[in-house]
Amino acid sequence: MAEIAYGRVGPKQAIGASTAWNRLKVNHNWLGAWFMLPAAAFLILFLAYPLGLGVWLSFTDTKIGRSGVFIGTENYEWLWDDSVFWLSVFNTLLYTIVASAIKFAVGLYLALLLNETLPFKAILRAVVLIPFIVPTVLSAIAFWWIYDSQFSIVSWTLRHLGLIASNIDFLGDTWNARWSVIFANIWRGVPFVAITLLAGLQTVSPSLYEAATIDGASAWQRFRYITYPLLTPIIAVVMTFSVLFTFTDFQLIWVLTRGGPVNATHLMATLSYQRAIIAGQLGEGAAISTAMIPFLLAAILISWFGLQRRKWQQGESND
Amino acid sequence: MTDALAGKASDPRAVLNATADHSEGMSYLQTLPRRLVSLYLPLSIILLILLFPFYWMALTSIKPDNQLLDMERVNPFWTTAPTLKHFYNLLFQTNYPRWLWNTMFVAVGATVLSIIASVLAAYAIVRLRYRGAAWVGGAIFLAYLVPPSILFIPLSMVVFQYGLFDSPFALILTYPTILIPFSTWLLMGYFKTIPFELEECALIDGASRWQILTKIVLPLAVPGLISAFIFCFTLCWNEFIYALTFLSTTSQKTVPVAIVNEFVDGDIYRWGSLMAGALAGSLPLVILYAFFVEHYVSAMTGAVKE
Repeated sequence: MAEIAYGRVGPKQAIGASTAWNRLKVNHNWLGAWFMLPAAAFLILFLAYPLGLGVWLSFTDTKIGRSGVFIGTENYEWLWDDSVFWLSVFNTLLYTIVASAIKFAVGLYLALLLNETLPFKAILRAVVLIPFIVPTVLSAIAFWWIYDSQFSIVSWTLRHLGLIASNIDFLGDTWNARWSVIFANIWRGVPFVAITLLAGLQTVSPSLYEAATIDGASAWQRFRYITYPLLTPIIAVVMTFSVLFTFTDFQLIWVLTRGGPVNATHLMATLSYQRAIIAGQLGEGAAISTAMIPFLLAAILISWFGLQRRKWQQGESND
Repeated sequence: MTDALAGKASDPRAVLNATADHSEGMSYLQTLPRRLVSLYLPLSIILLILLFPFYWMALTSIKPDNQLLDMERVNPFWTTAPTLKHFYNLLFQTNYPRWLWNTMFVAVGATVLSIIASVLAAYAIVRLRYRGAAWVGGAIFLAYLVPPSILFIPLSMVVFQYGLFDSPFALILTYPTILIPFSTWLLMGYFKTIPFELEECALIDGASRWQILTKIVLPLAVPGLISAFIFCFTLCWNEFIYALTFLSTTSQKTVPVAIVNEFVDGDIYRWGSLMAGALAGSLPLVILYAFFVEHYVSAMTGAVKE
């Protein structure tokens, strides 16, 4: 068989080899390289190179308008003793963990609700996704107005219901501000989680539920032993993305609080912007950005293993 | 699942039929009162919370100033004297049309560039199968996970070195780094669903790779292209941190940056025009989305699943 194959290939190669140009034209590797060129150019010039440059900058004392010199780990030592930096790490972790956990819970719940038989289901699904479509900055501005210290509609409603005596200072108080930005983040993130999980839910065959119901499974058991296991791979991926985007969030905080009051809502991303662009300390800002990378790597590893597991479950090879 | 969604997206009637298919199901096992409490009630609460900010945004943008700040004499949840004054101010007393145009220009430019690069890259990875294609696919997925928040500092230096600072091209050239990984990954999924045999036939008939791509693969991947286009466009419109860092002249700004920086002037009556600006900036996307919901959803779910 192999010899026959060789025999067939032989003459074809001879024809193709007539000129070097012809041979090159059908060469997959050569053609592939040309096809990859535009994407590779973008990703190398504006992604890989800056990523490396960022790490290098974090070891220099570069400022805006002045190229720096190598100063070793001085930026990191400086950050290590900087209480504002550690506060931002704490805020970022709190923000990420609380917001992601609630986004997952509410998103999954909403997905399960939308997976039921409902009138106007398509429209409902479309409407749910609107907070995700509208640019974050613009919806954050709506939240800014809702959180206004004097004219907040939430305070107004609660006051008129007799639940509170005076207006809530949503963005002026340390913990209020934290919960307020977390709520806004959840509001924006739930639709993404819900709609992607809903797509996963729709692939689960209804006959499984019917069979389980006949066997006497309760609603909780149907969820726990059918829905959840079949949904695990997509949950892993969705949550990795969710965690990643929450961890590196910038827009929402910048619009709502700019890191205030007294740095109480500074995330690592906003702090690096503050230090690098506003204060001009590019090296120090880059060090804060670089400090985010280990966390991101952890999230990526989780995502990678989530994907591998999914392929294995579908019986595909891991390519 | 992406295939299924792609199929659905290409034929809207299929979606309707699919939803109609499940209309029986096991729902007859639940009584109406039970469904009211366990399904409709929580659903309406969640929907109310998800949509309220938009209602509030829209209401504020048409309220006259005196009603905006007087919450005791007038019920704040409604307005009796709607006005278009805020929109008028926005259009004729600020650079808003210019900012909208900037945003549109940057979004279209970056999206078109990214889609061209992604089509070529995705086709090469899926079909040309050059040496290391799988490895490159993985690398592109990793690039998808690199967030703008850790790139903007070094990128601002790069942009400055290339002389692009404060020009829309700074954004048109940097946004593709966010868009290409995503759309390549999405299009790879679509290209995989196109039967290999079609291309083999074309090859036997003497078509070049380029002809195969433009005459066979791309026409069949139109739903995928639309999905990628819509999603990229939305991402561009939404992008903030690069636009905030790389642009400094007022007339060059995009809508999100301009609204945050130019409207906040300490004027207590700014809320009306702020909300009008936010609403006007969201509308183009919402309208676009309304026409292509299925494509958008398939892009979102496809990218997560592939």
